[in-house]
Order: sequence, then structure tokens, then C-alpha cells
Amino acid sequence: MYNDVKEQDFMIIAVAEESRGEETAREFIEAANTEFVTLIDTEHHVADLYNMVNVPQSVWIDEHGTIVRPTETAGSHDAWRAMNREDMSIPDESAAITAKAQETYVNAVRDWAVNGAGSKHVFDAAEARAHLKLPDENVALANANFRLGRYLHAVGKIEAAEGFLKAASDLRPESWNIYRQAMNLKALGPMGLAADETFFKRVDALGAKRYYEPPDLEGFPNELGFQPPD
Amino acid sequence: MVTVVTESGASDVSGAIADGEDLWVTRAEVESTIGWTLKPEGLCRGDVCVPLPDANSDRYINDDGVNLSAWWKLMDRPVLHDAAGDTWMLGASAYERANALQSLAAPDFTLPDLEGALHALSDYRGKRVFLTTWSSW
Repeated sequence: MYNDVKEQDFMIIAVAEESRGEETAREFIEAANTEFVTLIDTEHHVADLYNMVNVPQSVWIDEHGTIVRPTETAGSHDAWRAMNREDMSIPDESAAITAKAQETYVNAVRDWAVNGAGSKHVFDAAEARAHLKLPDENVALANANFRLGRYLHAVGKIEAAEGFLKAASDLRPESWNIYRQAMNLKALGPMGLAADETFFKRVDALGAKRYYEPPDLEGFPNELGFQPPD
Repeated sequence: MVTVVTESGASDVSGAIADGEDLWVTRAEVESTIGWTLKPEGLCRGDVCVPLPDANSDRYINDDGVNLSAWWKLMDRPVLHDAAGDTWMLGASAYERANALQSLAAPDFTLPDLEGALHALSDYRGKRVFLTTWSSW
């Protein structure tokens, strides 16, 4: 995407929410052969500032530094939940929904990259505000707990750290960022993913609620794409 | 020695005394610890000053120093500490975060790239920025 439009005053800043720091992130960045700016956010400061709860989430910021689309899911779709957990395969129908979601979102970003304020996907101020999710005191307290837990972990006070990280997740259960980063700090799971049995249990407990809240975007598939567990 | 963590980072505060839920630091160390300046009108950052409440003023300030945790709670900000009182967290306020988002001015941040070079979001003013997050986990 970047190659098509880089002459047009458009850029991508990809922030890695990585409390383990750059070494974990580096292999992913190199594998993706990215040309855009990649930054490492060990404290999840960007997630805190923009009230993000999962990855990937994105924000569109115009030339004046104004938010024209606030925090939203960056093209991912809950159809992944149809995955067979034995062999990790995804039924064709769900894979097609995932692909459609990704394509729709990428095309919208591309349209904005080329057309700027003229893109139909840009919100005016009232629409942008209506799409904001604002943090409350509980969120601020969760973020403080996460930050202290992450600091204590970094200086080797592991036991104390785990208490604060758990408190953070308990205070803000809807944050997959906090939950999965805490799990990742505790131990690296299979393939480095914080996706063990307890994770899938937690996902199943969502029922028909979304893991990835769909963006308000024309053409984005709104069906669940999976059969919610009973 | 007490370590105080804020959103700007962690600092070791030599003259700090942790006493239960109170964290006293010397007047001289207030600014370097929290980035707010002690002035006659109160604790100030930029144009904003939070005045000292008339009642119980000795709960917030005395000749030796300032009770940072009490001030921080007065400003509706989260205060946390470990069991030993060695490490304190003075968190950001929900109100400030929410106001910043509602202004639609993208909150600025500075983070390192893989080579350690720092980038601020505001360095890229004049371009459209697609800000996105990802992770390995």
C-alpha cells in the first residue's frame, strides 16, 4: 500500500505495543519488510493516549494533526473465531470474510492516502467525536496499574509486578492489550503468542460480543463470521 | 531511596519519605519528580495551577516538603505503590485523557524506532498519518 502513495504526503507509523522491547518486535518487522516508520512502545503509552484495547487498532490523523477517524479496528474481523483449534485451519467461508474485511479497510486507507480530506471515509468533527470512546477513572486506574506492573517487571520485581498486571486486567477486562501483554510477560506461549487455553476460554466467554469491534466503514462485513458457543 | 513512576518515566527521589499512603518529597525535588512546579498559587504545569485547599493545608505541604500522593489524589489522578513503599506510580488523569481526545488534536508522543532514534508524532505534521498498532503476542 505504501509504495503506491508515498509521494503524496502520506505515511504510516506502526507502533509495536511490546513490553519485552525491540528484540521481540524486530523479527516481525524484518519479516514484513516494512518501509514505514516502526516505533517500539514498551509502556503501551499510545494505547493509553488513544484509549485502545486491542491490536491492530488505528487512528487517522490529518495534515494539521487533527483526528479524522478515531481509534478503530484496523481491518481485523471476528471471523477468525471460526478457527479449528486443533489444526488452526479456518473454514473457507470465514477466511473469505476476513479477507473482505482486510481488503475493505486497506482500500479505505488507500483512498484517504490519495484523496486526503476529499475521501468519503474522513469524518467531520461531529462524526469523529461521536465515534470516540472516552476513558473513565477506572480506565485511568487500570493503566496506572499496568504501567507500575510493567515497570516492576522490568526491574526484576516479578512477583509484585504480576499483582499489578492482574489488577490492571481485572479493572479493565475489555482490554486485550493489557490481558495478553501480561500473559506474554509471564511466559512466552506457543509461537510466542499469548493464546493459550485460558485465552480461548476468555474469547468464548464473549459469546456474540466482538473481539474486534468492526469499524464504521461502508462495505465492511458486519456478520459475525463464526458460530458463537452456547 | 524511593522510585516514582509517572507517564514521563521513572525517577529515583533521594529525599522522598514514604509513610503509609503518603509520599513526601522535598520542595526542591517536586519538579524533577512530577514535572509540575511548586508556586505560591499552587502546583502548576503550563497555564494550569491547582491551588492548595485552605483546610488541612499541612496535609499537602509543610516547611520541609510536599505530600505528592495527597496532591495527586486531589487532582483526581491514580496513586499506587508497592507493598514496601519503595516504588510509587503517579498515573495520568482520565479527565485529561478524555479532554485531549475530545479536542480531536491528536495526542503527541515520542517513541524510539528499532535503531533507538526518537520520533515524535508531531515531527510528521504536514503529512497524513495512518497511526496503527500491532504486536508479536
